[in-house]
Amino acid sequence: MMLYKLSLGNIKKSFKDYAIYFFTLILGVAVFYIFNAIDSQTIMLEVTSSTRAIIDLMISMLSGVSVFVSFILGFLIIYASRFLMKRRHLEFGIYMTLGMSKGSISKILLIETILIGLISLIVGLFLGIIISQTMSIFVANMFEASLTKFAFVLSYPAILKTIGYFSIMYLIVMIFNTINISKCKLIDLINASKKSEKVKLKNPIICLILFILSCISLAYAYYLVLGSDESLQEASEILLPIFIGCVATFVLFWSMSGMILRFVKKIKSFYYKDLNSFTFRQISSKINTTVMSMSVICIMLFLTICILSSALSLKNSLNANLKELAPVDIQFYKTLNIDESYLNNGYTLEQIEDSKITLKENLENLRLDYKKYFKDIVDLNTYTSNDLTLEKTLGSLYSKFHEKYPFMTFDTAEELIKLSDYNKLARLFNKEELALGNNEYIIVADYDTVVDIRNEALKENTAIVIDNQKYFPKIKECVDGFVYISSNHINTGIIVVPDEALENAHPEKNVLTANYNASNEEEKEKIEEKVLALNENEDALKTVLSGSTKMQIKEASVGLGAMITFIGIYLGIIFLITSAALLSLKELSESTDNKNRYQMLRKIGVDEKMIHKSLFMQILIFFLAPLLVALFHSIFGIKFCNKILITMGTDQLLASILITALILVLIYGGYFLITYYSSKWIIDEK
Amino acid sequence: MEKILEILDIEKYYGNKSSLTKAIDHISFDVSKGEFISIMGASGSGKTTLLNCISTIDRVTSGHIYLEGQDITKLKGNSLNKFRREELGFIFQDFNLLDTLTSYENIALALSIQNVKFKEIDKKIKDISEKLGIKDILNKYPYQLSGGQKQRVAAARAIITNPKLILADEPTGALDSKSAKMLLESLENLNKELQATILMVTHDAFTSSYASRVIFIKDGKIFHELIKGNDSRKEFFDKIIDVVTLLGGNLNDAL
Repeated sequence: MMLYKLSLGNIKKSFKDYAIYFFTLILGVAVFYIFNAIDSQTIMLEVTSSTRAIIDLMISMLSGVSVFVSFILGFLIIYASRFLMKRRHLEFGIYMTLGMSKGSISKILLIETILIGLISLIVGLFLGIIISQTMSIFVANMFEASLTKFAFVLSYPAILKTIGYFSIMYLIVMIFNTINISKCKLIDLINASKKSEKVKLKNPIICLILFILSCISLAYAYYLVLGSDESLQEASEILLPIFIGCVATFVLFWSMSGMILRFVKKIKSFYYKDLNSFTFRQISSKINTTVMSMSVICIMLFLTICILSSALSLKNSLNANLKELAPVDIQFYKTLNIDESYLNNGYTLEQIEDSKITLKENLENLRLDYKKYFKDIVDLNTYTSNDLTLEKTLGSLYSKFHEKYPFMTFDTAEELIKLSDYNKLARLFNKEELALGNNEYIIVADYDTVVDIRNEALKENTAIVIDNQKYFPKIKECVDGFVYISSNHINTGIIVVPDEALENAHPEKNVLTANYNASNEEEKEKIEEKVLALNENEDALKTVLSGSTKMQIKEASVGLGAMITFIGIYLGIIFLITSAALLSLKELSESTDNKNRYQMLRKIGVDEKMIHKSLFMQILIFFLAPLLVALFHSIFGIKFCNKILITMGTDQLLASILITALILVLIYGGYFLITYYSSKWIIDEK
Repeated sequence: MEKILEILDIEKYYGNKSSLTKAIDHISFDVSKGEFISIMGASGSGKTTLLNCISTIDRVTSGHIYLEGQDITKLKGNSLNKFRREELGFIFQDFNLLDTLTSYENIALALSIQNVKFKEIDKKIKDISEKLGIKDILNKYPYQLSGGQKQRVAAARAIITNPKLILADEPTGALDSKSAKMLLESLENLNKELQATILMVTHDAFTSSYASRVIFIKDGKIFHELIKGNDSRKEFFDKIIDVVTLLGGNLNDAL
């Protein structure tokens, strides 16, 4: 009972020190609950079964991510509790000189951890439950579903999960604390506060050399990522620049801590002004002792920025793409005249037989009254010409590109389309119609990398041969466009040629594009249902018919976007909280040590205003240093993300960067302010 | 001699109504320009409280303290800080040097917070470091210095602003006898050559013997006063020891 009173008293007394710890725990618990309780928020949504499947996938992914998150939070909590322990060494020393056993001290810590754990869990869960109510609006918005009703939802599984995960974390903290205490020596505990800092001097020349080296290797890593087109053919190649980046970041901070001071000292009139000498010495020693954590924090911030901005822009561009890339309600397509040689080699006899009839015949056989349900029907064929492959269309540039992209297949047959057919489709898609001379062709494509390759060949005026007739490019670059509706820019190129050119060509595919013959959404959904029923129709399954509808594309794309966004925000926020909390704890533990220094400054007559200004500068620079380096990394990181997500489109980047910045300012800035005011509080107390 | 500090009937109480401690009980005395005064007393006699009141670190309960005619008990907030940094110089028992700064920077800090230009700071530091014999250690950090060297750096910081009054709180308290002697000779030097007015608090008779006047305090009251006059330091030291003995052995750690 005595120990309990002591523990309670300690928490009350050192609330200031615990404030940031509490704040972080509560935030951690709340975020953990919110993202694990999302499934209960989606129950109220009116969604189709395919969206429901995506939601289920998302929820299981989120719970997987939660395990990872719990590791990060667990690490943070152990780190934080060790900081707090250090602050209290003298207190423990006094207990021990009074004859208290290490066991009792461990018990005090145990009770404290339980109390703090309980309070933070209760407050965090409470906060999480409240915030998660508003999440349902967000979730509905993400899945573009309508909210059928609004009700207060408690997710018991999520509550239990949160309590379970955090209990384990607190248990580990308790074990760590006990081990820590049992290793302590009384003399160290009592003298803990008396250690004066030794200023480690770094050799300036080594600093300079390392600084330059780290800058060069960073530049090299950036170059590896973005420097040239041939860089990063395979995903695993990103590991090298990441490794170089991490090491270089560490060396950068190591050398900078020595360099900054040396640089500022050179500007004597600035260095010997007000408290500047003190301020910069403090900053330099702080960075000096935290090079490792600074680097880790910097890299975490970098990840946060990249994850948040990419996830958000992905979601936005998916939505934007949809309007452009799926302008019609439905498209059927089937491969025609499949060669007998494919029998039992991917195709059944029935399917090969089926490939001999047209789509319209198929639909009639399946009793889907397309004349009644569809309007604006465009029925067309695409063709291939035996020897016209990508290799040929690239002409003389083929060997160059083959060397550059050794893994790309160049021997696939090019898809051809008649000018009149393409124009019919273009009219339907609201695209510009094309015109061609007798021996001219145009390539329509929208997949950026391939467009770049093709444009080079087009610039060379590369001729293609169909039926012994030569054709030359009418325009020296690809025309933006597509034939097949999709959620992304994935058209690697269709060649539009004059109608006569394809008279003897081999029809490759039959494509039927149409809108639903309906005046409102409800009717459209009814037709959609009829079409989707084909998925269960046995006769339909025997054919080679396939198709996509606008609604399907939309659902898949919305679901994918929402899933990535949720996971991105979840991880991003956790990384952000972790890095900000680490900085904050470091700063606060320093503030306690620094109290004496500020007391000295006061004694020699330094104004409070000047002291606060110095403190503000110290914390600001301490928080800004990793952020600035991270921002610089992010410029390249985000560009890289865009590069690999290029098919998703990048038009929405600015908006998502702004949102990322907002989240960053809110959380990171919030931690900065709390740290500043807590530090001020600590150094101001007499 | 011109009166620089005038202490007029000051009192300082600690505690509350139920348990009142009188740390200073009606003390009055004057300090003239260029004097080197030592205030002696046992632990708990109120000497440090007196110094804290003069240095505006603490407030008096009643009475007035005038420094060159200005009543410093009326100062508040930032004007207190301004007063401290412009009119006073401090030397503390535990040096109070910032361990992250070099000696040079520690000394410079006293001037830079007064917005003195760097050129002037540099000139003044060169000047004072020569007088105090710390020229060679200007680029060292406190942890690289001996106690005596640290205290001389602190003394340089105290004197460099040309303060009206230097306050020293047990300046030799953390020093060995050789370092203490060197420091006291430095202070004597500052007092004689630069006419610095020094007010020192100590319980050490040897340290006091370097002063030109010694004020003895017991239980918050002035108990006795000794003036060196034309005595040699040895004679003055013997006189101090006599008073200490008279004080009733309370200063049994005097030697």
